[in-house]
Amino acid sequence: MAEYGFDTLAVHAGAQPDPATGARITPIYQTSAYVFEDADQAAALFNLQVFGNIYSRIMNPTVAVLEERIAALEGGTAGLAAASGHAAQHVVFHTLMEPGAEFISARQLYGGSVNQFTHAFRKYDWHVRWADSTDAGSFARAVTGKTRAIFCESIANPGGVISDLEGIARVAEQAGVPFIVDNTLATPYLIRPFEWGAHIVVHSATKFLGGHGNSLAGAIVEAGTFDWAKSGKYKTLTEENPSYHGLRFHETFGDFAFCVAARALSLRDLGPCLSPQNAFLVLTGVETLPLRMRRHCDNALAIAQWLSSDRRVEWVNYAGLETHPLHAAQKKYCPKGAGSVFTFGLKGGFDAGVKLVNGVRIFSHLANIGDTRSLIIHPASTTHRQLSDEDRIKAGAGPEVVRLSVGIEDPKDLIADLDHAMQSDN
Amino acid sequence: MSYPDYPDALIARILRSVKTIAMVGASANAVRPSYFAMKYLLDKGFKIIPVNPGQIGKEILGQKVYARVADLPPPVDMVDIFRNSEAAGPITDEVIANKDRLGVKILWMQLGVINEEAAKRAEAAGLTVIMNRCPKIEYGRLSGEIGWYGVNRRIIDNRKPYAFSQGGSLKRG
Repeated sequence: MAEYGFDTLAVHAGAQPDPATGARITPIYQTSAYVFEDADQAAALFNLQVFGNIYSRIMNPTVAVLEERIAALEGGTAGLAAASGHAAQHVVFHTLMEPGAEFISARQLYGGSVNQFTHAFRKYDWHVRWADSTDAGSFARAVTGKTRAIFCESIANPGGVISDLEGIARVAEQAGVPFIVDNTLATPYLIRPFEWGAHIVVHSATKFLGGHGNSLAGAIVEAGTFDWAKSGKYKTLTEENPSYHGLRFHETFGDFAFCVAARALSLRDLGPCLSPQNAFLVLTGVETLPLRMRRHCDNALAIAQWLSSDRRVEWVNYAGLETHPLHAAQKKYCPKGAGSVFTFGLKGGFDAGVKLVNGVRIFSHLANIGDTRSLIIHPASTTHRQLSDEDRIKAGAGPEVVRLSVGIEDPKDLIADLDHAMQSDN
Repeated sequence: MSYPDYPDALIARILRSVKTIAMVGASANAVRPSYFAMKYLLDKGFKIIPVNPGQIGKEILGQKVYARVADLPPPVDMVDIFRNSEAAGPITDEVIANKDRLGVKILWMQLGVINEEAAKRAEAAGLTVIMNRCPKIEYGRLSGEIGWYGVNRRIIDNRKPYAFSQGGSLKRG
């Protein structure tokens, strides 16, 4: 088997000329359902005995190309797409957890994930315990007999924290639980979590993978390295499944059993499937992922350097800066760049943050990241406003904090835009 | 990547050339992996002969069951061992003893089944050996069909494949 380079995989993996028409670009299979060849084939499909398409809530040929593309870029055995990053996380935990079970998550986390883990998951009687993504020991101390998974972001939103993936993976190994990494901010171009011992990767493909701010999408990739049967804790994968006549997923689907179970049970039953239209747009975006990520990182570093020398700025939290405490971690985990999402603090506090987001004319004031366009937000007044003051600060979203997602425009124009918006007489 | 590392071209050549596969350890239980593999390979046009001493006198998926390799009628192009790694040893010896009578060219051990000593004996006897692979998964991967499940096939091919019902990229060559 050839080992293709990352940039080649970004363009080609999972796609092939259409068998029916020869169309070179992956067609948008805009269909809800697929005809069966006969009753026997229909039964075999529903039993998962043969590979094929049934209904687009469970699988779709356009979506499948995206699933394989992301799996290839991450170096995993299989992928599964969902309607959003949140949907992907929901599906992953639904496959792993039982009522009463716990998981440990880094507290340096996207605010929406804090909400999902704290409130939405509690309704399923799933409980999160918090740890520090730069201190693997804090994960070890949170392990209990009920722990079913460990979760962190590779580069954490909004602070741009570089997580100690290798250390956290070791804790997961000792605890015998899968290590799930949200790789949205790094993308596999900067970090491939499986190379550090992760077992499952999740993405909001809405962000850098799609890259153009035009489509919601989520993705799950499995490494194929976790032994689901060993502990007896992952019943969805190892016990006879009543909705498939007693099938055991882990023994039937080997190193892609997690994705098949997540598809055939959680995606099927919860319903958060990705539309083929959105899959097509994200696929097109992924083709230029390496080009965009190089530019995103170059621009982010230039802006971080400029901000760190500006008298109106109190601090800049970008691990790509040599003075940053996590610069060594950045050199270890993502030497090609520290990503393009980071925070900085304004000396003028909350009011200066509000003034800045109101004053920019190139940066867009909105709650998203990973767009070709540069984006800006003041988390304390938006994404993180539902959290308590204490939790906001713990999540890296205090009152003076501004978050940037640096786009691929000319860096001199981006710097001029920030400079102008920060003028006190503006 | 799974151990051992086999070139795609080798696996593809095997799956294109064999017609009759004896499946040792084929289960009559419709939710067992061997049943899944047998069902799939039958659908793809292979002749599958189940070998299972516990099912003697019966049929699995409409195919007559034989008790052991020594009882099989020729021709058998490939023997697929759906038993554990230890059991693969004596089965391999039985295949070697019957290979000329049956015309066996390929000894295949299922995903998770690795027996290096047996493989050496089989190769010394002139058989081509594949270990730790599933012919169903490999057929799905090389034809392209398993991509419908989001599985990473690790293949890039710029040619229009045949319809999956006709073998997809595998039969394209």
